[in-house]
Amino acid sequence: MAEDSLKLLGNWVSPYSLKVKWALKLKGIQYQYVEEDLQNKSPMLLQYNPVYKKIPVLVHDDKPLAESLIILEYIDEVWKQNPLLPIDPYERAKARFWAKFVDDKCVPALMAAFSKRGEEQERAIKEAHENLKILESGLEGKRFFGGETIGFVDIAAGWIGRSAQMAGEIIGIKLIDAETMPLLDSWFQDFLGIPLIKECMPPQDKLLEHIKELHTKNLTAAST
Amino acid sequence: MTSYLCKGNQSSMADQVKLHGTWSSPFVYRVIWALKLKGVPYEYVEEDLFKKSPLLQQYNPVNKKIPVLVHGGKPVCESMIIVEYIDQTWPHNPLLPTDPYEKAMARFWVKFAEDKGSIIGSLFRVSGEEHEKAIKESLEMLKIVEEHGLGEKTFFGGDKIGIVDIAFGAFSHWLGVIEETLGLELLQPNAFPRLHAWTKNFKEVPVIKDNLPDRDKMLVQLKGIREMYLASK
Repeated sequence: MAEDSLKLLGNWVSPYSLKVKWALKLKGIQYQYVEEDLQNKSPMLLQYNPVYKKIPVLVHDDKPLAESLIILEYIDEVWKQNPLLPIDPYERAKARFWAKFVDDKCVPALMAAFSKRGEEQERAIKEAHENLKILESGLEGKRFFGGETIGFVDIAAGWIGRSAQMAGEIIGIKLIDAETMPLLDSWFQDFLGIPLIKECMPPQDKLLEHIKELHTKNLTAAST
Repeated sequence: MTSYLCKGNQSSMADQVKLHGTWSSPFVYRVIWALKLKGVPYEYVEEDLFKKSPLLQQYNPVNKKIPVLVHGGKPVCESMIIVEYIDQTWPHNPLLPTDPYEKAMARFWVKFAEDKGSIIGSLFRVSGEEHEKAIKESLEMLKIVEEHGLGEKTFFGGDKIGIVDIAFGAFSHWLGVIEETLGLELLQPNAFPRLHAWTKNFKEVPVIKDNLPDRDKMLVQLKGIREMYLASK
């Protein structure tokens, strides 16, 4: 596969483009990466994703595809090595269910826990904890959601481990509690410790700086 | 299809298909349409959302919502995930294109229907400025679907209905009832000629035509919901 037939438009800090990088790396697929400035979106991005105007966008033979989980499924269908989704329809449905749960419930709750104040923040933290506990049940005692090796849900959700930990340190709240969610906690550690996963992640210090900036912005917005 | 029905394999527990739902939910109907299009026999279980059965809570402990499809005792949740499950388990009359890119584009629009379609439902639970905002967003959303989603095609699936038509099914029957209840006209034929035509064409498809909830009953139900909301303000 020639490198120029596959392009990924992404952003260094975005967990959504990170998911796609992980999938491509896991399958050993060569591609051209294009860093997008989200404050100044390129005409190319706007042309490739007119509906949402967001990254990530995967462009394969000039055909663009948006939405990270949809891109993951596409990659899994076209490149069969190291499959992400199970073959069994019931197991596949479960994997899709958990990936959707992460995006619909866990992520918004975590974001609210980080950006809100007072009572709203307390409610969001409680909700985030509850949702993470539910997510833990999805592991079903396995090492990874994919079983012995990582799969679709691991890639869809694993990024939360690092961001939630950093965000939690900044606001002084444990968002991922090793005591109340030990299996989830060790899953995050195991996942983030995998070399190919680590290699694709944004540098720790730059990520921390970015999250700190977001926190400052939130505080400023809250006080104006 | 005929030979499948005659196989009689529904008699074994391992193959038994049950659908837990509520009579007027567009999410439930997505699943009904998929099952009917594939000729899969199933047992329907009506759930009372104000008094959820222990079975529903057991099958969907995470969010206790309908629809839930139970196949051979194993529950599948989330309407479009159920539809994909049905498509994979009973592969005849496929609902998804075979080409990987076309398949991915179909999934993109399914996700759009999931993420953005609900703005119309939200019209029931807001008033004043928020209501105006929701109307504006609904119209913007319909425009995107008309121009980018449907384009020049008769159905989202092309010449025949597919998974995206099923995902947008609520626009065909439910939207009209919502419009009547709230005294709005969102899907104006002049503003959205193609989408408007689609609603007519979609409802003419035999499986769809024969499987829609009673409109008058729905009107009563939705008027009740709106009145309850307004009374609570």
